[in-house]
Amino acid sequence: MKVADSGAAPSKASGSLQRRTRRQTLSRYWYKFKRNKISIVGLGVVLAVIAIALLSPWIVPYPGAAFGPPNFAKMNQAPSPTHPFGTDEFGRDELSRVMYAFRYSLMLVGVVLGITVIPGVLLGLVAGYYAGRWHSSLIMLLANIFVAVPPLLLALSIATELTPLNSSPDILTAMVAVTLAWWPWYTRLVYSTASSIRNEDFVKAAELTGASSTHIMFKEILPNILGSVLTKVSLDGGWVILIGAALSFVGFGAPSPTPDLGTMLSNGATDLPGGVWWTTLFPAMAIVAVILGFNLLGDGINDMFSSGIK
Amino acid sequence: MKWNWGFILRRLAYSVLALVGLSILVFAIARVLPGDPVRLALGPHASASAVFQLRIQLHLNQPIWLQYIYWIEGIFTGNWGISLFTHRNVLTDVEAFLPATLELLIAAAAIDILIAVPLGVIAGRRENTVVDNAVRVLSYVGIAIPSFVVAIFLQHFFPSYVGQLSPGVQPPPHITGLAFLDALVTAHFSTAWNALLHIIPPAFALALGPIAQEARIMRSSVVENLGRDYTVAEISRGLPERVITLKYLMKPSLIPTITIYALDISSLIANAFLVELIFNWGGFSQYGLNAILSKDLNAIVAVVMIAGVLFVISNFLVDLTVGYLDPRIRLQSRSDE
Repeated sequence: MKVADSGAAPSKASGSLQRRTRRQTLSRYWYKFKRNKISIVGLGVVLAVIAIALLSPWIVPYPGAAFGPPNFAKMNQAPSPTHPFGTDEFGRDELSRVMYAFRYSLMLVGVVLGITVIPGVLLGLVAGYYAGRWHSSLIMLLANIFVAVPPLLLALSIATELTPLNSSPDILTAMVAVTLAWWPWYTRLVYSTASSIRNEDFVKAAELTGASSTHIMFKEILPNILGSVLTKVSLDGGWVILIGAALSFVGFGAPSPTPDLGTMLSNGATDLPGGVWWTTLFPAMAIVAVILGFNLLGDGINDMFSSGIK
Repeated sequence: MKWNWGFILRRLAYSVLALVGLSILVFAIARVLPGDPVRLALGPHASASAVFQLRIQLHLNQPIWLQYIYWIEGIFTGNWGISLFTHRNVLTDVEAFLPATLELLIAAAAIDILIAVPLGVIAGRRENTVVDNAVRVLSYVGIAIPSFVVAIFLQHFFPSYVGQLSPGVQPPPHITGLAFLDALVTAHFSTAWNALLHIIPPAFALALGPIAQEARIMRSSVVENLGRDYTVAEISRGLPERVITLKYLMKPSLIPTITIYALDISSLIANAFLVELIFNWGGFSQYGLNAILSKDLNAIVAVVMIAGVLFVISNFLVDLTVGYLDPRIRLQSRSDE
């Protein structure tokens, strides 16, 4: 069901009524979301990861594990009650490092999605509303060109190009690179929905009553796309972490002592043949858990906005 | 089969347009962003006159659009520039390394669709049973595990399957460059078997994520089509279940699956970069990764361009497949991109 949910401007008198209906809308969304128990798990995982990332300096068992000096006396110790995830090749507590590493992962998600979603959605909205005109075609051609190169590859080559000669690539270049690779996916998503919604009767009605194109794009079309955009934002939280881990796996990660899941995994993998499995398994499980959490949350958001009973 | 040739030509024209755009993007990445190709080639201690000489030789003193024309001309005449890494023409490198990666990608794409579609159909036909739930759990986990993580563990558990062939196994005569195919057509069956054993772990590592995703899509579209009137009509007419599933249910259910499949091919190409590294596959992706890490500009340009071309070609093929499956798309007079 496609309904523009903000047709008329509310008068001042109906303010409290509007607040009440908004609360009802929210509780309906929450009902749809929680109907699927797996979505709750996803929400829990994502909230837990965010909490760990924010609080990590205060809650990790060994705060020195992130930036402190190496302790070779304790290197490569197997998991034990004192070090539940074992220690790495520098004798640092792996659990503390995994918890710290969520900060880097979430920062990547925040920066990349924070920068790309809005321009991506705006371009898609404009292209969708003016579908068939030349500037719409131009936007979509540009988006499709960027989409043709896999984001990881585009990010890798842009990160290389942005890095000055004789210096190693850093977080910032990697983030800029991922950002440049990401926007067209939003443009494509919004375009495909917007270009079909713009032919719906309620858009035609708004046009007939003389609504401005900005009003139609933002007040009539955008509310109907918000669900799929939010779903994608959540799913992309997982994808950005994956790409970030892949980038740091090949050396485009955080600089040396900073804990970062991809780098930890690639360092751990070199010790795997020697029987040191914990420095590979736990970062890997952390990556899988975060991505899984964002995916399940995304499914829940999708249920929330989809109409009909499934 | 009635084909709308206008549809095919339009898709083809659009693919060519996308490739032209891609070449401009790649050129821009290589030339406009910081980093001087002459200094990269000659090193920081080269004399000013040597820099000047090479600048003229590479047409870098010409306007940027003319440089682009020279660059495109070079691509078509086989002059792809010298790789800083292998000191050969990049085109020679591409010919040497690309077949191994193509073989891996084809194997991964085949494993992907051959497992995903049956899984999706089985789960969809047995909605909400143990089988369905097992597939659901598998797909959730499969999507969340990055292919390079799968690769690390597979490589650890099957260490003897690193590389394209076991050490000591004579590579088959070079025909296509695809080790398995070459060994098969020249009747070196033990070599072919060896090549097959080596390709399965990396191909599976690449395919797991896409399998999970497509099995899920296939399942939900099978469930959706099962509820449609035409399926009810077929069941009430007493058509055998097998015929309904294989003939009438598969075709419409495959359309969304194939559409996602096209996008997943892009992720196969990208993930091959890490998986090849982990399995020491020695193909094009590994070459590309080395190029990227050593800032080998000519090689990077070739790698990005070829990845883009592979993606555009596979998308074109998928468009044709969807057109084959769905007459509404194939026969429609006007396509909207």
